[in-house]
This record gives sequence, C-alpha cells and structure tokens, in this order.
Amino acid sequence: MSTRPGPAPVRFDVDAVLDRASILVCTGSGGVGKTTTAAALALRAAERGRRTVVLTIDPARRLAQSMGLSELDNTPRRVEGIDPANGGSLDAMMLDMKRTFDEIVVTHAEPGKAEAILGNPFYQALSSSFAGTQEYMAMEKLGQLQATGDHDLVVVDTPPTRSALDFLDAPERLTTFLDGRMIRILLTPAKAGGKAYLRVLSGSITLFTNVITKIIGAQVLQDVSQFIAALETMFGGFRERAQGTYDLLKAPGTAFVVVAAPERDALREAAYFVERLAQESMPLAGLVVNRVHRSGGAGLTAERSVAAAQSLEEAGGHDLAAAVLRLHADRVALAARERRLQERFSGAHPRVPVVEVAAQPGDVHDLDGLRAVGEDLAGGQAAAVPA
Amino acid sequence: MADFPDVRLHVVTGKGGTGKTTVAAALGLALASGGRRVLLVEVEGRQSFAQLFDTPPLPYEERKVAVAPGGGEVYVLSVDPEDALLDYLHMFYKLSPTGVGARALRRMGAIEFATTIAPGLRDVLLTGKVKEAVVRRGAGTTGPRGRAGSDGHTYDAVVLDAPPTGRIARFLNISSEIGGLAKVGPLKTQSDGVMAVFRSPQTAVHLVTLLEEMPVQETIDGAAELASVGLPVGAVVVNAVRAPLLSPLALRDAEAGTLDRSALVAGLEKSGLDAPDPLVDALLAETADHATRVALEERGRDTLAALERPSYELPLLPDAVDLSSLYELARLLQAQGIA
Repeated sequence: MSTRPGPAPVRFDVDAVLDRASILVCTGSGGVGKTTTAAALALRAAERGRRTVVLTIDPARRLAQSMGLSELDNTPRRVEGIDPANGGSLDAMMLDMKRTFDEIVVTHAEPGKAEAILGNPFYQALSSSFAGTQEYMAMEKLGQLQATGDHDLVVVDTPPTRSALDFLDAPERLTTFLDGRMIRILLTPAKAGGKAYLRVLSGSITLFTNVITKIIGAQVLQDVSQFIAALETMFGGFRERAQGTYDLLKAPGTAFVVVAAPERDALREAAYFVERLAQESMPLAGLVVNRVHRSGGAGLTAERSVAAAQSLEEAGGHDLAAAVLRLHADRVALAARERRLQERFSGAHPRVPVVEVAAQPGDVHDLDGLRAVGEDLAGGQAAAVPA
Repeated sequence: MADFPDVRLHVVTGKGGTGKTTVAAALGLALASGGRRVLLVEVEGRQSFAQLFDTPPLPYEERKVAVAPGGGEVYVLSVDPEDALLDYLHMFYKLSPTGVGARALRRMGAIEFATTIAPGLRDVLLTGKVKEAVVRRGAGTTGPRGRAGSDGHTYDAVVLDAPPTGRIARFLNISSEIGGLAKVGPLKTQSDGVMAVFRSPQTAVHLVTLLEEMPVQETIDGAAELASVGLPVGAVVVNAVRAPLLSPLALRDAEAGTLDRSALVAGLEKSGLDAPDPLVDALLAETADHATRVALEERGRDTLAALERPSYELPLLPDAVDLSSLYELARLLQAQGIA
C-alpha cells in the first residue's frame, strides 16, 4: 500500500541451494515453523536426488511420526515413502543432547576418567540443562554427521531459543566457561588440597570463592572442581571441536536459511541474525517467510469490501455475502500488514533473497504436507530435476 | 467476583508466539483496576514490557509504567540474573552492590560464572526475586513508596511473564533442580522458601495458547507436567480467537465446498459490487480456508476443555498490540472474570 514501494526483493532460489549445498542450517526465533521448514527442505533435496539427512531438535509429535521418528536415539533412520526416482534418499534423526555430550567425554577423556566425569552430579546438570548445551551438541552432531561422508547434504534445525543469536554464541559460551580463568581459580583448591590455597589468592578472588561457597554450598563447589580436574585433559579436545564446527559453518558448501513469520518480532530477530551472519562471514542463502496470507481477490480492497458488507447488513437478507465480505476484508488487511512488514525488512536488507510460504489452515504432519511446503518454497515447482 | 481471589502470584506461560507477554501485561492491568497495585516481572531480559507500555528500556528497579482504570498502578521489574545475584548478596551478606567487592566480582566475570556453574542457581535467583516481591510488606526500599497495598503487602498481586510452556515446570520447580546440587546450605533454604510460595494457594500458573494444534498440545503437556510436580495450574487463556462470522451451517458448507455460490453472487451484486468468476472463486476459497480453521479451532477447544480449568478468550487483533489495545484486552479479561 505504500506509495513508493522499494525494489522487489531478490527471489530466493531454493532449488539451486538444495542442489549444491553440503550443509544447510535453518535458524530463526521460536514458533516460526523452523522445524517444518527444515524437514520440507530435506525432503525436497532428497527427491531431487541428493542423499540427505535432517537433524531435528524438538519436532512436534505428529511431524516426527510422519518421518518415522518414534524415539530420540541419536541415530539417523531412513524415512520411508519418498520418491526415489532421482536417486536420492532421506534419513532423519532427533538430537539426544545428553548422549551426544557423553560420547564426546568418552572419546576424549583419559582412560579411567570418563566414568568419574559421567558420574559427577555437576556434569549431569551441565550436560542436561546448561543453557547452551543443546546448541553446542546440535553443532557437534552436525560435525559428526558431516564427517561420516554418508550424505551429500546435512540439514540441521536449530534449537528453539529465545533469540536466534543464542545458537551462534552457545558453543563459544560453553567453551569459554569450561576453559576460563574462573575454572582455573577453582581448580587450584582441588590441586592444593584443602583451604591453604586461600592464603595465596588475591583479596577479590578470596572474596569470590567465599561468596560462592556461601551461596551454592561447599559440596557443589567440590563437585565442580572435581569435575573440572577430571575434565582438564579434555580442554584441548573441547576447544578444537568447537573451533572445527565454527569453521565448518564458514566453509564453502554451508548455507544458512533464516526462517521467519510475517510478524514484527520474528522479522526483527531475522534482521539481527542476517546482520550477525554478515559480521561472521557466514553464508546466508536466503530468508523464508512462513505463514504468509494471500488473497486471490486482492482487486477488491478491504475498504470497499467492508462498505459492501455494511450496506448488506443494513438492508438485511444477504447474511452469507456480508460475512464472506467481512472475512475477505480481514484477509486483505492482514495480507497488506504482512507485506508492509516484509517491505521494511527488505528495505533494510535489499540483497537478502526472500521466498514466501503460504499460511495453511492446519499444521503439516505428513510427507504430502511437507512436499507441498517444499513446492511452495521452490515457487510452485514440483521436485523433479528439470531434464 | 474474580475467579482467583486468593491468588497473589499469577505466573503466565505459553508456547513461543502465543502472545504470553501481551496477556501478562493485560492481566496486570486488569488486576490493578479499581485502585490496586500490581507488579509485572519479566525474567528473560527482553524489555518486552517496556515496548508494550511504550517506555524506554527499564533498569533493574521497579518502575511505574501505567495507571489502570479506577486508579490502580502497574509497576514493571525486569530481572537480570547478575543483578539478582548482587541483590541477594546485598540482602544476605551485606555486600554493597556498588562497592569494591561487587565491582571486582563483575569485572572478573565471577557473577556470570556463579550463575552458570549451578544451572539451577540462575532460576533460584530469578524466582527468589519474584517470591520476595510477592511476600514483601509495607513500602520497601525499592519500588513504590508511601502506603502499602490493601492488605499490608507492597503489591496486591505480582504477574510473572515466565519462560515458555516447554520449560515452565523446570523453571518453577527449582527445589528439584537444586536438590541434585545442594542438599544443605543457603541455596537450599532459599529454594525451599520459594517453592513453599509457588505450591501454595496464593499462586496460579496460567497457560496462554492459540487454538492451533501444537500450542494446544503443549498446553495439555505443560498442565500435566505442572500438576505432576505439585504446581497449581490456574486458567487457560486462549489468545487470537477469530470472531465467528458465519453460521454453523455455512461453515459446514464452506468446508465441504458446497456454499451457495448463487446466493453469494446475488449478495455481491446487491451491494453494488461486480461479481466476476475469479473474484467469486477467490472469496469461496478464502471462506473454505476460514471454515477449515474454525473447525480446527473447535477441536482445539474440545481438547482444552478436558483440562477442566477456567478458560478465557481474547480476540485476534487486527493490528500489532499498542497501549490502547492492551487496555481493551485487560477489560475483556476482567469482564470474563479472571480479575
């Protein structure tokens, strides 16, 4: 409705990305349909002939069932029912965060130390509820899946974080935490044994240690320092792995797909994420705007539609037409509002390719539904590779 | 008569995207109506209340952001774990939040570290602050001065914009999270005190949902999870409900694709509009879409009814939420008896 619309955004050529990428990361704020988008992209890539695996974090039950995922077992399972005509295949798996973490510990800990770590109460809390562990483990699993070479394309759905940015920061936060100077301060008592260490520490550190002991109790502190001491030999491994994954995200063949809904908050998160990717030199493939409302009868404006409905309501006798006109007015107004929000995004980020997916009345929970979303993502094209 | 007369802590949760923050703000306004004083608390540092009430970002203190109908007052507190920890140290260990010690702790990153090494510590600090506001009496050193609330409490009610449904039981059930880490000590004492308030009849956890499949399922799961850890489930608030424009009969026809096309065309022409086939097709398709959605919504309502909790509905707003629509939502909540 703006009088001076900006240039139309570049169309996001989804198929070109699906055919070339080796890693596709779907990201966006919670509640925008990220998991469904990841699954639809993976299915489409598979039906276009690529050996694909999709790593999901927390799929809705029926969507998971539609892909044959009944349990969280950390192993890619073949999805039945895809069209194999182009030679592709689809595997899917759900992330088991704790098990992934345990596997890293077992791989990297010195013989005999792994059990001490796995049994430590602090480790158990860290590996199942530290804010950021899920993101870190998703990245870890991505690296593992990619390393096997069993697939041409790994599609990863990111955890439902408050902010899309958490996902990029989490591995860094966890390694900083496990590797930081606070840890070394706490490590000292474990090595020195007993409280003698207090004398050699500076005043503020003593204060800190005292305070922390007071707050969380000596037992927690002891668990932490034992855990850290056992983990010490793994620091190198942790740092290396985090760095490796980070590099993988910048490698040629990786593409980020930012998912949003045509709503103010979701598009704002998408804008933050787009800017952050640029800062990190990470490759953005495009923006998917989900749940877009369209109207086939946009020639009839909301204003005229309401006016017509009013005249019918006053005259009486045409309830159906009046109700239909009111519905249409709401729909056109909603479509216009969504378009304005999108124009604002594209005005600020004119080079980001965009594709829209139409709102569906119900949720997607079978392969046909995913296939339809995939076709919408590709601008209405069937998956078959053009001859 | 309000449905939750004894509740002083209203915890509002919901799946991401259901509008729980908006509902929390509207509930705060509704509860404050008629001269009461309410504190809205947010714990995820998003400054969402500042945006909703159209004020600049809020510092870590209780600020008045709105006046409710009938002279009530709404305050907002945006809790940050780091500030909550310093606050805690100040209260229990007399460590001045602006002194050398606190500055040293901040500089070293010690506070972030402390709130990180015990994952539950963060939640204990955040919920501890909420509990403190609920039980506080008289005019405190922070927040509103002057008279206390009607029964001697500083606030007549506290509304918490809590983490989403998927995490709510874990967030509120801090004693079990802490239990694994600290069996004795001040942290344990603190978390026991918080749990006592959360499990008491003065607390209600309200679940915000849309009438869509996933949010409804999460609401059912969330309610079961809360009940299993002894936390009181309050109301279900159904947000963004569409106005019923078509008769049940017309809805059924629309879903089946058997709407009376000629009646529609006649109506359009009667109102002075042209009725070319493509427009009529588009209108019929939109109506069928609407009918499918209404049918799904009806199914969602039935599923939610099984929870047997009081339920309130708020309409889908044509535009983004602004201050005046917030007052309208508050009025609707009040009219339905939540406050």
